[in-house]
Amino acid sequence: MSETETVRIELETKFPFLAGAVRVQRERRLWIKAAQENCPQVFEHLVKGLGFSNLCTITGLDLGAELGFIYHLARDGGIMANLEMRCPKGQSIRTVTPLFPGASIYERELEDLLGAKVDGLPPGPRYPLPDDWPTDEHPLLKNWKKKEPSEPDAGTASGAASAPTSAAPKGETSNE
Amino acid sequence: MSEVEHIVQIPVGPQHPMLKEPESFMIDLRGEKIDAVRMRFGYNHRGIEKGCEQRTYTQDLYLVERVCGICSYSHSTAFVQAVEEIAGLEIPPRARYIRTLVAELERIHSHLLWLGVAGHEIGFDTLLMYTWRDREQVMILLAELTGNRVNYGLNTLGGVRRDITAEQMPSILKVVNALEERTKYYIEVAQTEETLRQRLAGVGKLSKEDAARLGAVGPTARASGVDRDTRRDDPYAAYADVSFKVITDQHCDVFGRTLVRVGELMESYSIIRQLLKKIPEGPILVKAPRKIPEGEAVSRYEAPRGEDVHYVRGNGTDKPERVKVRAPTLANTQAVAKMLEDGYLADLPIVIAAIDPCFSCTDRMIGIKNPGKGERRTMSWEEVSRYGVDFYKRKGIDPSRINLRGGSAA
Repeated sequence: MSETETVRIELETKFPFLAGAVRVQRERRLWIKAAQENCPQVFEHLVKGLGFSNLCTITGLDLGAELGFIYHLARDGGIMANLEMRCPKGQSIRTVTPLFPGASIYERELEDLLGAKVDGLPPGPRYPLPDDWPTDEHPLLKNWKKKEPSEPDAGTASGAASAPTSAAPKGETSNE
Repeated sequence: MSEVEHIVQIPVGPQHPMLKEPESFMIDLRGEKIDAVRMRFGYNHRGIEKGCEQRTYTQDLYLVERVCGICSYSHSTAFVQAVEEIAGLEIPPRARYIRTLVAELERIHSHLLWLGVAGHEIGFDTLLMYTWRDREQVMILLAELTGNRVNYGLNTLGGVRRDITAEQMPSILKVVNALEERTKYYIEVAQTEETLRQRLAGVGKLSKEDAARLGAVGPTARASGVDRDTRRDDPYAAYADVSFKVITDQHCDVFGRTLVRVGELMESYSIIRQLLKKIPEGPILVKAPRKIPEGEAVSRYEAPRGEDVHYVRGNGTDKPERVKVRAPTLANTQAVAKMLEDGYLADLPIVIAAIDPCFSCTDRMIGIKNPGKGERRTMSWEEVSRYGVDFYKRKGIDPSRINLRGGSAA
């Protein structure tokens, strides 16, 4: 039996609620779907119990009424466990920074680009959007549309030709 | 009398002469030592992930290649591998070998570039001149093999777009042999040159535990004793068919990061020789569908700077539902703050440079617009080269005697 298959069986044995929710895509690729309330314990067991001590990144998904989060965990030997959970938009998820201090930048990215709310994230600057970007605009949401360049706060100098037409009222010229 | 705390705040960036791309470091300085570092990134955010959702898979290939100027092939391959996995495409063996070959050539040019930058940051500009002159050989070779120095446009869904001809094999070997000799010399320099060792040893310390805990990747992690390399751990392309050592080091500092990179150069030469010996005959491409089925895949790729991770979700159309990119520098920035803590301000440039943060070297013009008439004409590589030589000649510098090909320049 392959190592990947062993991890699947271990997970399904320890967490009965995961029965049928662990998929072996191919050698070294596991996909796990867990409900939001079960996700922290599965996550902790993967990290502490099964040695998935490397969080490669967190992918955020816009799934309509919900946001999806995939935690890409890897361990020595090359197996990657991708733990997916969903959370209704507007509700918050728990930070994983107690286990992975380096994950703060990935969680800030989820906040900026998808409007996720992450509880327990240590204070720090936003990432990756500019400081003057509106806090309620999250460009990776499917219904987010780029503003027309004619609007003064479009944010970039892409419409360079029309930039110096008139001085903006409060020195708000985009000078990027 | 209580001691007065004197902490001076120094902003470094977003625009600064030390790094060629925008990042911001706010340094709390106590005397000459760094007390704390606050970092701000994102100045280069271009919305490529969103851009990918709005374009077809084929267009995305060229877009993700522009995530980075140096590891352009890393991003292109990481992306195409994920899409091929979703589509269930098995690419021909010859294409796997060509992808691996270009990947290793890219690592060589990237590591030589880094060695020069590191030399420059510590005031050893001779090393910069030497390594960048050597690097030119691999850049010219990449241009010959793929048509461009960076952003090769080589990958396509189902394989690669250009074959390696039998006539090209000897010129690849010639460059590999010449660079191997040079790299042996750099290893000797790194191991015996006392000023280099004294300048780099003990600078930018990162313990093995911190490297693992903070998610460091690539040479940065391996120089702290973390034995991790995606090429061996989760093999892709043709890496399962070649043998190579994963170079690790226990110095846990900038000196160790230097040794790891020069060691990896030697492994890359060996990998390329094995590839050229074993490369199978056959097609380089299988037909790929325009629409990619529903599904998802994660692709991991050992870029020169560390693991590059791409996640792709398909929705049955010709455009992806989601593309997520985690470039290696983002993973390593977390470790930089740790490395800088309690170090000297004067070490900041080399410590940051030692993770090899990515900047673009794509400023190469071929299409030239005549400003007077709006005409366009195209210059060949030889013309561009001659133009550069003449430009410097007019300024009183004659570089034409430098022999880039032979490696035995005056």
